[in-house]
Amino acid sequence: MLRFIGRRVLETIPVLFLVATITFFMMKAVPGGPLDTEKNLPVEIKSQIEAFYGLDLPLWKQYTNYMASLLQGDLGPSFKHANRSVNELIAAALPVSLELGSLALVFALVVGITLGIFAAVRQNTWLDYLASSSAMVGICMPTFVMGPLLVLVFALHLEQFNASGWDFARDRVLPALTLGLVYAGYIARLTRGGMLEVLSQDFIRTARAKGASEARVIFRHAVRGGLLPVVSFLGPAVAGILTGSFVIETIFNIPGLGKHFVTSVFNRDATLTIGTALFYATLIVVLNLVVDIVQMWINPKQRAT
Amino acid sequence: MAGEAVAPEAGRSLWQDAWARLRKNRMAVFGAIALAIIAAASLIGPLVIAHGYEEQNLLLGAAPPSAAHPLGTDKLGRDQLARILYGGRVSLLVGIAATAVSLTIGLLWGSVAAYFGGKVDAVMMRTVDILYALPFTIFVILLMTVFGRNFILLFVAIGAVEWLTMARIVRGQVLALKKQEFIEAAIALGLRKRRIILRHLIPNVLGPVAVYTTLTIPAVMLLEAFLSFLGLGVQPPMSSWGLLIKEGAEMMEEAPWLLLYPAALFTLTLFSLNFLGDGLRDALDVRASRD
Amino acid sequence: MAPPGSDLESLPVPANPCRPFAERLAFVAVAALVAMAAGCGKPPTRVSTGDVEQVLHKGNKSDPQELDPHIVQGVPEHHILQALVENLVTEDPKDLHPIPGQAERWDISADGTVYTFHLREGIRWSNGDPVTAHDFVRSYQRGLSPSLASEYAYMYYVMKGAEDYFKGKTRDFSTVGAKALDERTLQITLNGPTPYFLSLLNHYSWWPVHLPTLAKHGDPYQRNNRWTRPGNFVGNGPFVLTKWNVGQVIAVRKNPLYWNAANVKLSAIHFHPIESSDTEERSFRSGQLHVSDEVPLSKIPVYRAKKSDLLRIDPYLGCYFYRMNTTRPQFKDKRVRQALAMAVDRKAIVERVTRGGQLPAFYFTPPDTVGYTSRTSLRYDPEAARKLLAQAGYPGGKGFPAFEILYNTSEAHKAIGEAVQQMWKRELGIEVRLLNQEWKVYLDTEKRLDYEVSRGGWIGDYPDPSTFLETFLSDSGNNRTGWKNAEYDRLLKEAARLGDQKTRYELFQKAEAIFLDELPIIPIYHYTRVYLIQPSVRGWSPTILDHHPYQNVWLAAPTEAVAGVKR
Repeated sequence: MLRFIGRRVLETIPVLFLVATITFFMMKAVPGGPLDTEKNLPVEIKSQIEAFYGLDLPLWKQYTNYMASLLQGDLGPSFKHANRSVNELIAAALPVSLELGSLALVFALVVGITLGIFAAVRQNTWLDYLASSSAMVGICMPTFVMGPLLVLVFALHLEQFNASGWDFARDRVLPALTLGLVYAGYIARLTRGGMLEVLSQDFIRTARAKGASEARVIFRHAVRGGLLPVVSFLGPAVAGILTGSFVIETIFNIPGLGKHFVTSVFNRDATLTIGTALFYATLIVVLNLVVDIVQMWINPKQRAT
Repeated sequence: MAGEAVAPEAGRSLWQDAWARLRKNRMAVFGAIALAIIAAASLIGPLVIAHGYEEQNLLLGAAPPSAAHPLGTDKLGRDQLARILYGGRVSLLVGIAATAVSLTIGLLWGSVAAYFGGKVDAVMMRTVDILYALPFTIFVILLMTVFGRNFILLFVAIGAVEWLTMARIVRGQVLALKKQEFIEAAIALGLRKRRIILRHLIPNVLGPVAVYTTLTIPAVMLLEAFLSFLGLGVQPPMSSWGLLIKEGAEMMEEAPWLLLYPAALFTLTLFSLNFLGDGLRDALDVRASRD
Repeated sequence: MAPPGSDLESLPVPANPCRPFAERLAFVAVAALVAMAAGCGKPPTRVSTGDVEQVLHKGNKSDPQELDPHIVQGVPEHHILQALVENLVTEDPKDLHPIPGQAERWDISADGTVYTFHLREGIRWSNGDPVTAHDFVRSYQRGLSPSLASEYAYMYYVMKGAEDYFKGKTRDFSTVGAKALDERTLQITLNGPTPYFLSLLNHYSWWPVHLPTLAKHGDPYQRNNRWTRPGNFVGNGPFVLTKWNVGQVIAVRKNPLYWNAANVKLSAIHFHPIESSDTEERSFRSGQLHVSDEVPLSKIPVYRAKKSDLLRIDPYLGCYFYRMNTTRPQFKDKRVRQALAMAVDRKAIVERVTRGGQLPAFYFTPPDTVGYTSRTSLRYDPEAARKLLAQAGYPGGKGFPAFEILYNTSEAHKAIGEAVQQMWKRELGIEVRLLNQEWKVYLDTEKRLDYEVSRGGWIGDYPDPSTFLETFLSDSGNNRTGWKNAEYDRLLKEAARLGDQKTRYELFQKAEAIFLDELPIIPIYHYTRVYLIQPSVRGWSPTILDHHPYQNVWLAAPTEAVAGVKR
């Protein structure tokens, strides 16, 4: 097991390197630069600023300089937020996204898995239809509809919450709910599908034949295999949910990573884009590792690989 | 009576079995019919409706449903019914095209990776990791600039991003299947690798894949809505359901009909896809066969 | 024979042991919702608390790029800096005319080129250091330093020697017309009489910075200096910077060392950078903001009809227009440009599409810009437009090559574009497509003149017609239409040398007449500032630059007594 983990950690380094490189050159390839504004910049000013940021160097030199600073852990200065470094911006936004993401994830897992198990166990009954439909609503209601809807009801009409912001504990509720509902829907569907697969297998029949109670059948035998598709899905999903959702952060005005991720591209803030991309990549790799380990634990046959 | 000849039972292939089961599933049939109606309406509707989807009536503005405009009008006075039907064309096309792309690539990629295992698997899945980690927005902006305003190519781009999760799921399933006996039997029989993958692995993987496909189509459509939210989606006066829902959400309080109808149709389509997908999964699930 | 295993299917299915649990869970959830709905007390809103504590909450659209007056370029930055820094003059809250700020009085020489400012006694920086005339001179030197490369350095060019110093022609700052005659006397020499010079001083590029502070936190003549962080920032304005959480809030607190602190009633201001106008409107409604930055288009008629006391529509010094690329063959003929302009129903656009009380623009410079209104104007005349188009060789729009209207992502631009698209199709028979590009791509495309028609806008930097007309000088980087006219250039350059307002305005009239005949752009409307404001905010007057000096703003405390609060 340790060798497996060690090998994966080693493999991570080229992944990060490639992510940084590809993102770097993609940002350079897209039209428009960080200094472009509506009011025209006279040439001498533009070249002076470009020299300050090193944008006038030949491309390969910019690249090697940037990679060198990356190796030292310095993600560079941000262009849009002119006196912050990328490290600072990510460090400030990260705890916010982590908190939002964790709350949403807990909600999604609890609600989603529960609904999925109920739906599978009571397949084709009213419980199944209700659970499946609720899951479906969570999936097909875009967050930019669900969010404002929740704000309308709970913040504006019932006046229990603020419409936006991240200052008080109760400001967490509506955004986490909105973000979690979507994932809860997916998780419910995948759980249901997985459980149905497993429940139709022979070893379940055997367990029932041996007189095991329904609860035991479900939780002791079926859940392991039934959650397999959920585990596969969770890897990238957790990364996505943790790095925050741009839409949620815009609707609720939350200072998280999701906003930086998208707006940095629109601002052509290359350093910030690469910084958030690298962070996201690291997270993905780590989570995929965790997912693979969990998958191996659930499915003992896989340990042989 | 003993001795009477009994007509031999006609053999049924796996696919015929599946089809029979599917037909019996009422919800799946309902879903399929609903989809067919929606698709037909989207295709033919804009041609027969009185108003064009781009005709503006600035004096009218956003008006509630009336005789002239059964589903109301939007803020520029355009007929909502026409825009929803037209938007259906766009959205359905997006959904199908992108999903088809992602399905093809993901299925092949995941199966091959899981089947060969070892170094091949490692390289292929690391590639998936890298691609996952790339900022999708940059990729899309880049494509929009390079390929210009050809929106079909854009949604192929979405499909080319969506295949990643498909590959992961397929790989997980195949890894589990690989150890099952019937595969070992096939190998023992000396079947060629390609035959094993195409004829034995893939059909058995179709179950969860079918379910995930019916989750991908809505994801693609929502992705298209997100892109419209960012301004990278379809260009006016073209509309899509994603765009209509976004515009409706902004006027949720003043003109709820602008959100209600596109969202309802969107939901109905996704529900139908879902029931159909479930039906497919149940139908194709070999182990659930009852004779 | 029965198939194997079929007997197992007749086993009774045990009752779902989880059902009671599910029911209990559902009950708890519903009970919680009911309890909430019953209203376990509404939490106090930020606005109500702010009214009592004199804390103003303003929506400020986007995060400031920086808070250094010599580096910033945007409007949100101005709103914050206005609280932190004061210049020689400040603005009258009603009509923005220059009134004494750090300087208590000034003398202007007879020929209008030498201004002598007399600073007040006892003015201080927020760290206690006295403000002297030397601070201003050093500030200008910093603002004009080539290594800093300030984007607004050209605002100094009216000052003698400034342009040469900035462009590196000389390194001797004593050649520049800014001198400290003594600790409290500052003398500025201009190139020529500039009647709007004092208004120019209200632009942040001219505002003073505290050099010792800059030196303490980095190189004063380079960017990325950390002096603008909370705790480091030193300014001479009515407030000091206390908090700057990116994406969340920028907070300022009253500066006790400000010379007029006794008359500043606000105790703090919180600027909330909310990008989405929908989110901002909801925040306003839920009592989190006193003043919003804007109002979503679809909500304007709602407020007008039902809550007009919360809505403000103030005239704003700006023009929204469409640029036409005059280097493209179909736009070379000015008759085509005139035809397109005359077929646009501006009234319909402002009344039905934007609905924000904007003025249809029949000329470029907004009306009554410090007393100047263009005498030449366009008109809406589709019939005449059709004739012109036919004369130009495209009767009924036949043969006119289809083209695209380029705009950057925004609901408003899209809606206007769609309306104009229909108008041109209906009236002129011309097919037009819309092209939405993301902001940076759009800027790049426009600068490279790779467009046919492009949406644009111009907000005046200072109250004078020159800030508009000079945009379209032949060599102006902000022109971006390919249009050049020697006579237009000559008229404007002459006006720049003159001091007499009347003569200047006559020259402007002539220039604008040429402009409106040649029409490299189609003016569509003149801006308004549309925003929401709580009734408790007082002293927030409508001004054409949307400047609201905070020294004059205060919050009326709620009429009902609040327990435990001492007034």
